[in-house]
Amino acid sequence: MCLRFPDLRAIVVAALLCAGVQQAHAEEARVLRVCADPDNLPYSNQQGEGFENRIAELLAAELHATLQYDWWPQRRGYVRRTIGANMCDVLIGVPADFERVSTTRPYYRSAYVFVTRQADQPPGFDSAAIRSRRIGVQLIGNDMAATPAGHALTRAGATGNVTGFTIFGDGPAAQRMVDAVDRGSIDAALLWGPQAGLFTARAHQPLRMSIATPPAGTPEPFSFDVAVGVKRGNKALLAELDGALARRQADIVRILDAYKVPMLPLPAEGARK
Amino acid sequence: MNHFNLRSISRASAIALAGCMLFTQSAWGAEPDGNWTMAAHDYANTRFSPLADITPDNLGKLTLAFTFSTGVLRGHEAAPIIAGDTMFIVTPYPNLVYALDLSKPGAPMKWKYDPKPSASSQGVACCDVVNRGVVYADGKIFMNTLDANTIALDAASGKQLWRTKLGSIEKGETVTMAPIVVKGKVLVGNSGGELGVRGWLTALDANSGKIAWRAYSTGPDNEVLIGPGFKPFYAGDRGKDLGTSTWPGESWKIGGGTVWGFLSYDPETDLIYYGTGNPGPWNPQQRPGDNKWTSGIFARKPDTGQAAWYYQWSPHDLHDYDGVNENVLVELPVQGVQKKVILHPDRNGYLYMLDRASGQVLSASPYAHITTSTGVDLQTGKLIYNPAKDPQAGTPVREICPGAPGAKDWQPAAWSPRTRLLYLPMQNVCQDAETYETSYIAGTPYVGASIKQYPGPGGHRGEFTAWDPIARKKLWTIKENFPVWSGALATAGDVVFYGTMDGWFKGLDAKTGKLLWQYKVGSGIIGQPVAYRGPDGKQYIAVLSGIGGWAGTIVAGDIDPRDGTAATGMINLTRDLPKYTAKGGMLYVFALP
Repeated sequence: MCLRFPDLRAIVVAALLCAGVQQAHAEEARVLRVCADPDNLPYSNQQGEGFENRIAELLAAELHATLQYDWWPQRRGYVRRTIGANMCDVLIGVPADFERVSTTRPYYRSAYVFVTRQADQPPGFDSAAIRSRRIGVQLIGNDMAATPAGHALTRAGATGNVTGFTIFGDGPAAQRMVDAVDRGSIDAALLWGPQAGLFTARAHQPLRMSIATPPAGTPEPFSFDVAVGVKRGNKALLAELDGALARRQADIVRILDAYKVPMLPLPAEGARK
Repeated sequence: MNHFNLRSISRASAIALAGCMLFTQSAWGAEPDGNWTMAAHDYANTRFSPLADITPDNLGKLTLAFTFSTGVLRGHEAAPIIAGDTMFIVTPYPNLVYALDLSKPGAPMKWKYDPKPSASSQGVACCDVVNRGVVYADGKIFMNTLDANTIALDAASGKQLWRTKLGSIEKGETVTMAPIVVKGKVLVGNSGGELGVRGWLTALDANSGKIAWRAYSTGPDNEVLIGPGFKPFYAGDRGKDLGTSTWPGESWKIGGGTVWGFLSYDPETDLIYYGTGNPGPWNPQQRPGDNKWTSGIFARKPDTGQAAWYYQWSPHDLHDYDGVNENVLVELPVQGVQKKVILHPDRNGYLYMLDRASGQVLSASPYAHITTSTGVDLQTGKLIYNPAKDPQAGTPVREICPGAPGAKDWQPAAWSPRTRLLYLPMQNVCQDAETYETSYIAGTPYVGASIKQYPGPGGHRGEFTAWDPIARKKLWTIKENFPVWSGALATAGDVVFYGTMDGWFKGLDAKTGKLLWQYKVGSGIIGQPVAYRGPDGKQYIAVLSGIGGWAGTIVAGDIDPRDGTAATGMINLTRDLPKYTAKGGMLYVFALP
């Protein structure tokens, strides 16, 4: 993963960052307030064991700030009750086109993946196997809300052998899904890559993780850029974070690698909207 | 003791008399019952008070008698409950219960009970953290908590008698409904259908709190409590294990059909009646089939829970219409023959008349603007959908009417046997399902329909309507700026009451709909007004104010009005509400001077 900022822009960002640091010195003990889910590995937990915990620590250090968490489960109303209610300044991982907050440059890109047992081929959307294999998928469950993978399964006519894993239950849905593949109660789990890696690596038997390719003509993408979110309009913090992310990109990639997050190349700067 | 004599006594001496009235409680049974012991007043769900002191002639003089602050800021949907000389009110989360002593001036607090529900239940509840009321029976108060516990309290002392955990918030289960007590059993249903909760109705022994039976709304017959006594009227509802075979795979296990509306009971047929919620949490295309037994009505025996019949209002519910709206038990002449029927104003826009014993649909009349369907086939009982309004992933669909809250949501209607009119608090809402936007729950990116709700034809957002079920038409309608999210109250004095989200409590002539009295309360009204006779012999009207609920979330939940799609599109509809009202739970009680 390489830095894609033109030199000139990096200098501007660095200048802004200097201004920010000076301000921080003037105010003494600066605090970076991060909202996070208290129990949602591999992202975060209250013990600080998730990769978003690690990235938060890194960003706080980079901004010479003390890290402070406000814990709230990532459910409906999360943005409203956290950053919207001024409980924090930063959400560590949001889709880069997420309209409810202002977002930084994306710092990684991942995709929906199939998790299967090592010996099994992932079922492709273009084959009949998509309808006959037992596939697990995450369920959001409100009106027409579904993961892009869930919508794609519907269009492919895969209904009879699909098992839904709701976001409520004992432990993260991703963990329950990978466990189900491990146990053999489903043949494949179709889930968001960053959640899949760690649980796949921890399974009792060797499991295979493959990037899922959306069927042709699918309107919803399978891969997303992930960025840091700040309260809409907080341009100063956004600029500081952009600088910090640029300079620590390699370290962030190392953290994501440690948590087995499957990563795709980030699109070129100009290609983003 | 005759209440007409009492009325002529001055207020001071009436209060002085209150003490001795305590000893004449048994005499009250001989008079029109002045109590209000369950949210809907009676098993038939009429919300009709037999008290007749307040009439169109004197309603204009109604004045404030006393108030009580609940200290809670979220949406107050509950009905005050009155038994003897005590009023019981329950707040939204944290579900505090207050007992107020009506025999003393100003109705001071007798006791307060705090069930201490789990704080995380707030993050689970879909549509504000409401509670729709407690029930009084045999010296006990029965209440539900948001974190799915049912609790019995000693009505005199507020002491907890038993507490039974019925569900798990970890699975998304909450309880918001008002229980009823039938033949020694407390009946409770769960909420949380769109979260993958499997719906149920549970009966608990009123004395011990032990679970007597549980009837699921999906799954195999033995878990739905369908046995040899199950005789649905329509062929489509007959067959083995339809609660599994009308779903793909094992999706019935998380299939919704929660039971969060009001329950009715008919002692004559010995049947309880209740609606089941929408199927969930799949989008409709991922759950082909009728998805039984969601979005329909069950009739069951209270002793065993065994189903007697079922009818599905919205098979394969496409629009989140639920089926939980109240079932009002009335007697009416139908084509010249007096019949015992159920009146059910569904969210899908039809007002159904069903035969109480068989479940046959006698009529289904549109009572709102409908684009999602073209009618109900009375031969098969099937709702005829309009395929042009079916939700499609990736395709915008406009002018879906009624929108997801329906022609009328939970807010209960009242029936007056005197005027033979059903008084309907309603909304007038359509919606568009437009572009898809990326969002993130539990770290999972997803795309959801961006739902925008807006006023239906006429541009007003709410209505209060008198429906004539014999002529099958509206007799009169009052247009309201906001959805009418409060319950309705009818009385034998031929006056009706309801409240508005911008904080007006209104009294009307029950026959003509003429506005005779109104009072501006502190916060918008989404509660259920009730009438009772106080220990002083006077008739009182009581209502909780306190904005919230799904429709009032923009105020109670401090939602950013710029995000029109929040609260499933409701914010687009009610974004100006914060200009009219602020939050705060308060009891208001009115009487004639």
